Amino acid sequence: MSNKYIITLYTLPALLLLLVLIYVPIALSGYYGLMDWTGIGQMQFIGLENYANLMKDEKFWASAGHSFLLGIFSVLSLLLYLAVSLVLVSKIKGSDFFRKIYLIPMLLSSVAIAQLWLKIFDPSNGMLNKLLEMFGVENTPVWLADPNTALYAIFVPIVWQYAGFYILIYYAALKNVPEEIIEAARIDGATPLQIALKIKLPMISAVFKVTIMLSLVGSLKYFDLIYVMTGGGPNGASEVMASYMYKEAFELNNFGYASAVGFGLLVICLAMTWLTSRLTKSNDNVQY
Amino acid sequence: MSELATDRRTTPNLSAGEGSKKSYWSKLGYGLLYLILSIFAVIQIYPLIWLVFFSLKNNQEVFGMSPFSLPQDPQWGNYVKVWTQGNIGVYFFNSVWMTVLSVFLTVILASFVTFAITRMHWKLSGLVLGLFMVGYMIPLHSTLIPLFNFYNTVGLIDNPLSIILSQTTFNLPLTIMILLGFYKAFPREIEEAAVMDGCSVHRIFFQVTLPMTIPVLSTTAIINMIYNWNEFVFVNTFISSDQWKTLTVGINNFVGQYLTDWGAIGATLVISIVPILLTFLFLSNKIVEGMAAGSVKG
Repeated sequence: MSNKYIITLYTLPALLLLLVLIYVPIALSGYYGLMDWTGIGQMQFIGLENYANLMKDEKFWASAGHSFLLGIFSVLSLLLYLAVSLVLVSKIKGSDFFRKIYLIPMLLSSVAIAQLWLKIFDPSNGMLNKLLEMFGVENTPVWLADPNTALYAIFVPIVWQYAGFYILIYYAALKNVPEEIIEAARIDGATPLQIALKIKLPMISAVFKVTIMLSLVGSLKYFDLIYVMTGGGPNGASEVMASYMYKEAFELNNFGYASAVGFGLLVICLAMTWLTSRLTKSNDNVQY
Repeated sequence: MSELATDRRTTPNLSAGEGSKKSYWSKLGYGLLYLILSIFAVIQIYPLIWLVFFSLKNNQEVFGMSPFSLPQDPQWGNYVKVWTQGNIGVYFFNSVWMTVLSVFLTVILASFVTFAITRMHWKLSGLVLGLFMVGYMIPLHSTLIPLFNFYNTVGLIDNPLSIILSQTTFNLPLTIMILLGFYKAFPREIEEAAVMDGCSVHRIFFQVTLPMTIPVLSTTAIINMIYNWNEFVFVNTFISSDQWKTLTVGINNFVGQYLTDWGAIGATLVISIVPILLTFLFLSNKIVEGMAAGSVKG
């Protein structure tokens, strides 16, 4: 038995799955985008027509805009998570307990979260509007049913869901800041706030950059929560790229065009991954 | 030199009055910090408590009373109703066995790959690892239509195998990433000693390496379990008949039927999240560890 035989035996099953179920499909997605295809009948080659249509499809670009907006919100909310993490590491008793409580929503399925928040946002009986009524607010918003508020309302459960995850990451990173450095600063008379902002924060900048990439690229892929909560509605107000693709394919049977949308989603995601990793890398070089 | 050090260290204690004032402020400060943390904790946890409350209420109570009121007369019948009326039992069982099978396959296949990459020398190992890492970046929605067509062609639509294969494959990159960190940090001496003793590679893998990596295997298994249990898109797209639906997709359709019966909806949702919460209760440290390990490497 040679080493080559064993290496093949050990890597081939996983590699085959990876190629057949991930790499071949993304190539096929680009190829199907060249077709007029309803999903069941024959495919008809139509060249770049789908891609040309995609370029001038206002609905697609609106949904891409929503995805990016969610991405920007998500990155901004990282600051909130970071602030909470800084509080958690400042010798708080029970920080372990808090950290675990915060993480609980992250463990639930997006469907359960979506269904729960559908009830919270319920215009007449939901927790949110009942709370507002208790404070004397009249004409409470209808949240998910209003095109002006739907996307922002959806962002609330997203913050709720991911808070614990990012706090966990920041907490772990902050715990890794060497105690001697903090002690030295304290002896030199630095206040806890100064220690947090001028010593701890710069020391975890690498981790912070990774989380920017995670949340930005993750936002571009949002689907489950939005699909269940609004289906992209009302009137496309909360449509994102993945939900637009899904609707075109599995509800309208435009499989050819939907494949082009899916390929567009792939290109945008990979481009953003590359861009953010490049930006964060060049910053690193400047710093050290 | 030493005089200077002692001097600095004792400075705060010299002015006793300022010290006590400082402790008063720091107590107030800590109180404020606890308040912030507690408010945040309430925001994170209260929606779930509210869910449990309304799962035990009837509609009059939900609609008429404050969202903070306890259920007056707990309607356990809501739970009985949703468990007996629908297919929740079937969905639940499907979720369990599909999750177990996918987790097992992912963890064992990822271990094989990680072992080959970290313990053997070969030219293409960098390329193979790279393929898995890039696979992590690919949005699964871009693969959905081709996958649907593929499973349709080979007759796996509405077949649980399509779910198990998809879940296994899409979790491989993250699992390999977590395993890789552990394998790299782990001393190779034990395995090398086994080679000296004339062990075959298979015996080393199964009898030395796998048992040694049990801590990280359990971490990855739990993370995979949570992801598979909650998986939605694959099941929603590839499965159409009730007999193969998992809990996540099943409850989504099921909840739709009840429209305005809040108690039934609440009970369904509670049933779907209890297994995850129980797992968390007993294995929270492992879950925290796995979540942190998987993300920072990305």
